[in-house]
Amino acid sequence: MLQLKNISFSAENEDGVKEILKDITMDIDGGFLAITGPNGGGKSTLAKIIAGILKPTSGKILLDGEDITDLSITERAHRGISFAFQQPVRFKGITVNDLIRLASGKEISMSEACDYLSQVGLCARDYINREVNASLSGGELKRIEIATVLARGTKVSLFDEPEAGIDLWSFSNLINVFEKMHETLGGSIIIISHQERILNIADKVAVLSAGELKSYGKRDDILPELLGKTSAVCPVLTKNIEGAKS
Amino acid sequence: MNNIEKDLLKIIADMDGIPQGAFNIRANGALAERHTTPNIDIRTKTDKDGIDIIIRPGTKGETVHIPVIISDTGVNDLVYNDFIIGDDADVTIMAGCGIHNCGSEESRHDGIHTFFVGKNAKVKYIERHYGEGDGKGGRNMNPTTVVNVAEGGYMEMETSQIKGIDNTSRVTRATLDNDATLIIHEKLMTHGVQRAETDFSVDMNGTDCSANVVSRSVAREDSVQIFRSNINGNNKCSGHTECDAIIMDNARVSAIPEISANHIDASLIHEAAIGKIAGEQLIKLMTLGLTEAQAEEEIVNGFLK
Repeated sequence: MLQLKNISFSAENEDGVKEILKDITMDIDGGFLAITGPNGGGKSTLAKIIAGILKPTSGKILLDGEDITDLSITERAHRGISFAFQQPVRFKGITVNDLIRLASGKEISMSEACDYLSQVGLCARDYINREVNASLSGGELKRIEIATVLARGTKVSLFDEPEAGIDLWSFSNLINVFEKMHETLGGSIIIISHQERILNIADKVAVLSAGELKSYGKRDDILPELLGKTSAVCPVLTKNIEGAKS
Repeated sequence: MNNIEKDLLKIIADMDGIPQGAFNIRANGALAERHTTPNIDIRTKTDKDGIDIIIRPGTKGETVHIPVIISDTGVNDLVYNDFIIGDDADVTIMAGCGIHNCGSEESRHDGIHTFFVGKNAKVKYIERHYGEGDGKGGRNMNPTTVVNVAEGGYMEMETSQIKGIDNTSRVTRATLDNDATLIIHEKLMTHGVQRAETDFSVDMNGTDCSANVVSRSVAREDSVQIFRSNINGNNKCSGHTECDAIIMDNARVSAIPEISANHIDASLIHEAAIGKIAGEQLIKLMTLGLTEAQAEEEIVNGFLK
């Protein structure tokens, strides 16, 4: 179980100190959690705090009862936290195979590495020996990023907007990947997303807006209210949502 | 041959015992062992120190090893090696120099390699430089490579100096005829107070010739690197030069690329980038469970792979 206790985070900008997260408390006990909310609401910051990339200004993070607030990124990775970046990093010289091998933490066969790539809809043969550099498109990098998290297979898997940069055709595949992960991985899958189709397969949904946890609960309790609100402010979206429903 | 020498040979030439095909092993300034084949002759020069490697026209798929090792301290070695590669040949040449210096005097190897690549011949030239030993004596190497590629010829050079050379000044000069191709990949890593200078100059004289000069380097601690490349497009041709360096600690790197178009159809590009390892690269690998030091090592190894 991952527990966030009164997490706050502030950062300095030109206008002084800005509170990005305000007193977030959540228990994440396995299953599939989707965190959604407007841009700038603090979702990515929260993910980085869980992964250890940012330190909270105040509050505590517990993983299976252990206080991990002061643990480094590496130590948290060893405890079982994985993180897929919103904007994957490029490396000159490091190949897709290298990255998957490093992610799995052991020597793995080419066919195992290829399995992870196939799961994210990449033809493994074409990619396995390619460098993770600027020659790959944004969508390809995103899928490789997701494959590294699959290869880690940890108890907490965090994805920051995995759908961004992935085309519509591949998107259905991605949904399948997350559904399958849900069945096989067993731990907590936390996905930051704006996509209704991702929210639809979540067990729980959290809404983060202006740094506050506005609502958090079972999908069926949160989603109708959330979509109702969105449609009230955006007629175009209402039409799309209704179209999608029918 | 003692174990130190055997180890050096393994590092610089992948040689485990005696290699297949033609070879010439030079140890501490003298010939140690040589083997020739019906297609590849190796002759000792009579006017100065060095060898001629003569590859018959049409020779395909053969490999020549010409490693140089220095395990005594205070050896100052200067050799002239000429490679005459016959028309239509397709061969691999593995050169390299390993210095093990435990003494207090300078050990130095300066090799002047001249290539004559025949018409439509294809050559892959691999050169590795390596130094070891805990003596105070310097380990210095100054290779000069002169490349002449005839019409339709192709030369690919892979040079690397990863460890242990205190001072190096590498000079490469090339001229390309019609439809000739030259590809150079240089890899370099310097530590401590080492200094490495590389200087490439390519004259693209023939119609439709092409050159690609790529250098990747890592400068650590207090080391200094200077990269110069000069590509002259004297005809309809395409040339590209790229220097990409990772800088660490207190190291210093200068990249001085120069391209000159002396013909309306010369198309030339240069790129140079120097920077430290990006913080987000370290963070990404740390989220996979690597420590910061391990992440740094993976990034450097990948970069120089």
